Amino acid sequence: MNHIALKMLMGDKGKYLGIIMGLTFASLIMTQQPAIFVGLMARSYSFISDVGLPDIWVMDPKVQFIDDIKPMQETELYRVRGISGVEWATPLYKGMLKARLTDGTFQTCNVIGLDDTTLVGGPAVMLEGKLSDLRRSDGVIVDIDGAKDKLGKPASIPGGKSTPLKIGDSLELNDRRAIVVGIAKVTRTFQSQPVVYTTYSRAKAYAPQERRMLSFVLVKAKPGQNMDELIKRIETTTGLAAYTQEGFKQLTYTYFLKNTGIPINFGITIALGFIVGTAIAGQTFYNFTLENLRQFGVLKAMGASNGTLLRMILLQAVLVGGIGYGLGVGIAALFGFLMRHTILAFKMPWQLLVFSGTGVALICVMVALISILKVIRLEPAIVFKS
Amino acid sequence: MTVKPIAIRCQNITKIYDTGDQQVTALNGVNMDILMGELMMLVGPSGCGKTTLISIIAGILDQTSGDCKLFGENLLTLHSKDKLQFRAENIGFVFQAYNLLPSLNAAENVSVPLIINGVKRAVAERKAADMLEKVGLGARTKSLPAELSGGQQQRVAIARALIHSPRLIVCDEPTSALDHESGHNIMHLMKEVALDQQRVLVIVTHDARIFNFADRIAEMDDGHIVKVVNSAAELK
Repeated sequence: MNHIALKMLMGDKGKYLGIIMGLTFASLIMTQQPAIFVGLMARSYSFISDVGLPDIWVMDPKVQFIDDIKPMQETELYRVRGISGVEWATPLYKGMLKARLTDGTFQTCNVIGLDDTTLVGGPAVMLEGKLSDLRRSDGVIVDIDGAKDKLGKPASIPGGKSTPLKIGDSLELNDRRAIVVGIAKVTRTFQSQPVVYTTYSRAKAYAPQERRMLSFVLVKAKPGQNMDELIKRIETTTGLAAYTQEGFKQLTYTYFLKNTGIPINFGITIALGFIVGTAIAGQTFYNFTLENLRQFGVLKAMGASNGTLLRMILLQAVLVGGIGYGLGVGIAALFGFLMRHTILAFKMPWQLLVFSGTGVALICVMVALISILKVIRLEPAIVFKS
Repeated sequence: MTVKPIAIRCQNITKIYDTGDQQVTALNGVNMDILMGELMMLVGPSGCGKTTLISIIAGILDQTSGDCKLFGENLLTLHSKDKLQFRAENIGFVFQAYNLLPSLNAAENVSVPLIINGVKRAVAERKAADMLEKVGLGARTKSLPAELSGGQQQRVAIARALIHSPRLIVCDEPTSALDHESGHNIMHLMKEVALDQQRVLVIVTHDARIFNFADRIAEMDDGHIVKVVNSAAELK
């Protein structure tokens, strides 16, 4: 009976496309919007992801997320280094500083100060120059997006294109000269501010003087160390907070989830997509069943069981669901692909596909259920009614 | 003269429809025997209970009281699964509005009863093509219902009713949507192809033009069988 079910479904092309369009829309909204949401959330911890080498991040216990810097005394670095199980520990400065551009305007930058000796925490992808060039006098490395856009030299004519910052150009950080010695590729951050890498000691010089300047201590554990035990040792010994890379990411995105309206806003959009998709697909599928009720009645009169008709409707629902889901996910993926070089945040992990797949499956089950109930309750004697 | 065995026996059949605020009696004590190899027509004014009676005979509607035995089987007492199987194997339907599945071609439409009975699709469609040949539509096996005339669609419906060799064929106004010539052709076809000694045809009709094809005619009125006659002339 499967081919009969499929022919019944595809026979009315308008209705068939209507159902698929409804499900495609629902699938698209339930994939694309969460993908933007996940992309935004991933940006909240993108700096942590980019710093891949250390196992543990040590910070002030009051820190709530990556940009919530609560500086520590530099002596904390030496205390951490002294803890058993620590292979090495390096300082990291992170702060928002104003850069004065060549045209006299100011731009807030995310300044990262790396350990002078090891340069641990530096960008993984250098597009121009080398990380070691940071050791040159007044050297800084800027990220490509910042160099092209916010730190770029303004156009000489109004409305013209700005000139990207390049190696050898200079800018001022807190009245101190900084020379661009490299251009790096970094993952966009939530605020999308330009990222400026320099050495720890130079970053301290750029930053307004404070008693405490150390933002984070980056720790590498000795081989074979139990990470949980080492974290506990660091916390007990120093009174500071310590997280693995994943733990710190979780702390950061949990903060954004709890303290910003982003999840609610996206949640509403996704819920609306689900409701509208259910309404369109549900109504069209239900109408399709209603219009085919006489045909189902004929099959029932001829001896087709409720189970057979149920399987036919389920097959129809699975088919339109599968096509709608595939199209929706495909369009969302294409959208993400086309937007890959833009500022738009977009990330589509496999869990998201499971999420939207479950959503579409739920719609199909609900839609099929309503239709199935109608067909099960159908009196085959309807076939003799004109 | 040999006595034909009874194929359908209706005894004191009553059907009351409960419409919520009132009850409508559609059949009120119907008694009737239909013999094997017989073409029986049920005639009478609209609302007299003809369609209700064939629905009960075909096992797609349960009577409120009374007994209806089809080839010795009381469908009311059968388990729903057995009833479905009995219907699938023993009954063929021809409807006024043909009720062909619009997205299936002629051969696929005709093959449906065989597929319901578990026959493989390829075999069913091959048999369907043979059956369409018998009803004169051998060249239109791939045509969709919308591409066929009313008479041709009814021929497809007849082929569908016959394909699984049922013992009972119930027809609801099979000629009322057709012109005189097509109606006569359909009735000739029914007599030639559908009717044999192992089969019963019960036809509900208003169409006096086809009364002459009946072996017997049962006239109904107000939920009763008023009289059963052997020819149309006796109805007057």
